[in-house]
Amino acid sequence: MDTSLPEPRLSALYQELILDHYRRPRNKGALEGATHSVSLNNPLCGDEIDLQLRVDGAVIKDVRFVGRGCSISQASASMMTQLLKDRPVPQALALAERMSAMMQGDEAAAKDKTLGDLRALAGVSKFPVRIKCALLPWNALTDAVKT
Amino acid sequence: MLEAARLRADFPLLQRQENGRRLVYLDNAATTQKPEAVLAAIADYYRTTNANVHRGAYGLAIRATEAYEAARAKLAGFVNAWAPEGVVFTRGTTEAINLVAGSYGRANLRRGDSVVVTAMDHHSNLVPWQILCQEKGASLRMVEITEDGRIDLSDFGAALERRPKLVAFPYVSNALGTVNPVAQLVKLAHAVEAVVVVDGAQSTPHLKVDVQALDCDFYALSGHKMLAPMGSGALVAKPELLDAMPRYHGGGEMISRVFDDHSTYNKIPHKFEAGTPNVEAAVGLAAAIDYLETIGLERIAAHEQALAQAAIDQLTQIDGVTVYGPRGHRAGVVSFTYGDIHPHDIATILDQDGVCIRAGHHCTQPLMRRLNVPATARASFYLYNDLDDVAALAGSLVKAGALFGYVPA
Repeated sequence: MDTSLPEPRLSALYQELILDHYRRPRNKGALEGATHSVSLNNPLCGDEIDLQLRVDGAVIKDVRFVGRGCSISQASASMMTQLLKDRPVPQALALAERMSAMMQGDEAAAKDKTLGDLRALAGVSKFPVRIKCALLPWNALTDAVKT
Repeated sequence: MLEAARLRADFPLLQRQENGRRLVYLDNAATTQKPEAVLAAIADYYRTTNANVHRGAYGLAIRATEAYEAARAKLAGFVNAWAPEGVVFTRGTTEAINLVAGSYGRANLRRGDSVVVTAMDHHSNLVPWQILCQEKGASLRMVEITEDGRIDLSDFGAALERRPKLVAFPYVSNALGTVNPVAQLVKLAHAVEAVVVVDGAQSTPHLKVDVQALDCDFYALSGHKMLAPMGSGALVAKPELLDAMPRYHGGGEMISRVFDDHSTYNKIPHKFEAGTPNVEAAVGLAAAIDYLETIGLERIAAHEQALAQAAIDQLTQIDGVTVYGPRGHRAGVVSFTYGDIHPHDIATILDQDGVCIRAGHHCTQPLMRRLNVPATARASFYLYNDLDDVAALAGSLVKAGALFGYVPA
């Protein structure tokens, strides 16, 4: 049996912080009085997210999600909701772009403090097939505020 | 057991490395790797025999036609088909089932009729029947499975009480590895005069199939899951049923005489093979059958069952791992979950060790709902896998557990 340690790319992918958000998701559950909601899934792997927002005067007053899927998609959703509360919609969309840039391997984005806990997901950029997992909640966000 | 390491030498792709490790390919229920003999047969066809079939009057075209029809005869022998003309080449199982739904189903189903499927059917043996039933105003009845992943025979019997027109089920479950008692199910369905469609995608590559002994009416199979090229496959059917069925796709080859406003149609199987067929796929499939028969399907089945048993033994020793499907007799497909680690995360971690497994719903979403999981991880074996591959799987899984904070037992 191969007992060598997991390689560094894997340790970078599955950090404590990510597993913490996966196992103890923040802002999970239905949102009362939602003004915007979007359901997205990835038919290939079955990851699902229902994102609900309460937007008032172009500011995201509250946000919650229901979903299931891999650690990356669920941690990304949990971290995203932490960042969005009380944020103007244009700022939220700018964050979505920063997140997308970080997934493309943009190192400046990976150091951008505005991304908060999400920076822990920078390692996903090394696993191209998993990028869609990390971006699923963000795609739900951009869909939601555009409708 | 087979000398798998020696067989691997026949497969160029299996000589490759993945992430610096020996490639451990355990996704054979999805598709299989191709031996040199199949690759050579395809190249040889194009180098020496290529011409359009059933058309040319010249020697080359005649030889191409002979190669194509010889492949049909070989496949007919391989599954003990009723006759070579009862073998229609398709792109695979999915197209074969759609052909039955689109031709036989459209002609024979009426409003108020019912079609029976099972909760372990692959989407390819479910969605075509959903579409047909919606179109015809017929009802679709899904037979439940037992706790250990077998077709629930009492529910199957209950479903037959409505005297369905058609009953469809898999020979072997692609997600659970269950080997269904096909002959018994066919007998029950025939007793109420239902026509039976068997999805043979996961059985044909792995065990000795005799469609006449099974006595089903339609049998669908895929070549790419049995060492042959993608885009190869067939519908095997009772010739009298095929003969009575209306045309499916229109075009060249399927016609007899074409007038301005209507046509008459060719004999079976050509009636169902409109357009230039995939001759390279048929030739590749024939070479794959030669390869498999040299080893022997009984030996292959025994080899895979031993690997599945070893995998189940080793995986269930890991604290937190759940293995789905029947214990005892089963095919070489092992679906499992590990604690709260999502199967996609498992697959990513195993991939770093060169271990290729499938993670997801395996095109069986109704089954996943019944197992109460969104997805499973699945290892599926073939003749070129061995106990080293099983050990690599188990070893890598322990690593996945460590990353997620699980302590090995």
